[in-house]
Amino acid sequence: MREMLILGGGTAGTIMANKLASALSAGDWRITVVDGTEEHYYQPGFLFVPFGIYRMSDIVKPRRQFLPGRINFILSGIDRIDAEKKTVMLANGEPLRCDCLIIATGTDIHPEQIEGLVDEEWGRSKFDFYTPSGADKLGQFFKGWQGGKLVVSIAEMPIKCPVAPLEFLFLADEYFARRGIRDKVDLHLVTPLSGAFTKPTCNRVLGDFLVRKGITVTPDFDIARVDSQEKKIVAWDETEVSYDVLVSVPTNMGDACIARSGLGNELNFVPTNKHTLEADGLPGVFVLGDASNLPTSKAGSVAHFQSEILFENIMEHIQGRPAAASFDGHANCFIESGFGKGLLIDFNYDTEPLPGEFPLPGIGPFKLLGESRINHYGKMMFRWVYWNLLLRGVKLPIQAAMSMAGKRVLP
Amino acid sequence: MATMNFAGKTLELDADGNLANRVDWSEDLARELAAQDGIAELTPQHWAVINFMRTVFEKDGDAPSIRRLTKESGVDTKTLYALFPKGPAKRAAKIAGLPKPKGCI
Repeated sequence: MREMLILGGGTAGTIMANKLASALSAGDWRITVVDGTEEHYYQPGFLFVPFGIYRMSDIVKPRRQFLPGRINFILSGIDRIDAEKKTVMLANGEPLRCDCLIIATGTDIHPEQIEGLVDEEWGRSKFDFYTPSGADKLGQFFKGWQGGKLVVSIAEMPIKCPVAPLEFLFLADEYFARRGIRDKVDLHLVTPLSGAFTKPTCNRVLGDFLVRKGITVTPDFDIARVDSQEKKIVAWDETEVSYDVLVSVPTNMGDACIARSGLGNELNFVPTNKHTLEADGLPGVFVLGDASNLPTSKAGSVAHFQSEILFENIMEHIQGRPAAASFDGHANCFIESGFGKGLLIDFNYDTEPLPGEFPLPGIGPFKLLGESRINHYGKMMFRWVYWNLLLRGVKLPIQAAMSMAGKRVLP
Repeated sequence: MATMNFAGKTLELDADGNLANRVDWSEDLARELAAQDGIAELTPQHWAVINFMRTVFEKDGDAPSIRRLTKESGVDTKTLYALFPKGPAKRAAKIAGLPKPKGCI
């Protein structure tokens, strides 16, 4: 019996478990998934919780519900990975040996990395919206808030879903307008980037949206510390931005087991071949989703596209052949822009988000890098797609490789 | 493609305004790039950072992030910002003749 071991039962690990379960013979392969918790969160949903659009119960289901019956699920933390010996030590000291290893341990926020962020005001005037408890507390707080200066502060790149902070501000603009207190709420984005987004055309479009909605942007701000008493954030060069409410997007880091295993970079992300998805220098060890250091967005859509490439490469690997399929960095993200509209962006390593129609040129129905109602419905419908199709490894009508069809290259 | 003139030669720049060809780099050019960027003098500490960045790039094909600079170059974050105000990783990469660090996606 050969052993396929998947570390992490989130979006990436679950998709891969489903794909492999239907391809590998149960007589030859045991497939094991290890994860430290029982709950699977629909993470794009966290964004909607502070504004009362989703409740927490709308976006959580049991992990095991999405794993096929033949999967050996182990509920356990991971102490360390000995990648060369293909052995994983579980938190209780039990070793798991495998023939093929997939690291899908994801990324999480680390508010303790920013001086002064976590203190008695954390959860009272300072929040995050990337965790169930953070999103929930912020929702409770907003219900009673009567206005002031709301600062969304991005600590450092990379972050999971780099458009989420923008969507948060667009939804805040709508939420406070509907409550009739938009004129009493000052919305700010403070970012280490030189603009709203990392790529030029998209930066311009999203930058315009921010201006139109009256959201102030402070770019090139590298946060050094938070001063809770004086309610301000301070950059390394001592420039300051004051706040009444701070919504922090803290430093994102890979799982601590990656650091304990000596497998990660300075943020515990595993150096990975950006095309084959094999861990650098470790044959038979693959990295899927947010856990890698790939230069593309950390997002579920990316994990989904990667999973199709990785599936092919694992099939080659177990037959002793080299990886043949190549990932192009494809990402596809709906961006909620408020008031029942949204944008869609589609890009890869080499092509920045461009305007156009998606997936059919001239028809759509989705509009690329432009606002439409259909894009918003796409985003809201996506929760159903996620639970019912995406996690189960069902092939979606969007190719893993990005297509230029429908895209317009700007001069 | 943008260019710059230095020591009687025309040097190509990339889309971010960083040096396109690393062979064009020299310590004199670094001093010139620093001066253009408002850094009047490159001290031994500046050079320690610049050389560290070049070594990392040689090995990994990407310039290091601020976090990695702090962790491995022996220069703390506060000092890095004092040496290269407004974004040490970006500015030091430019002076070191390297492309902008890929870190920010």
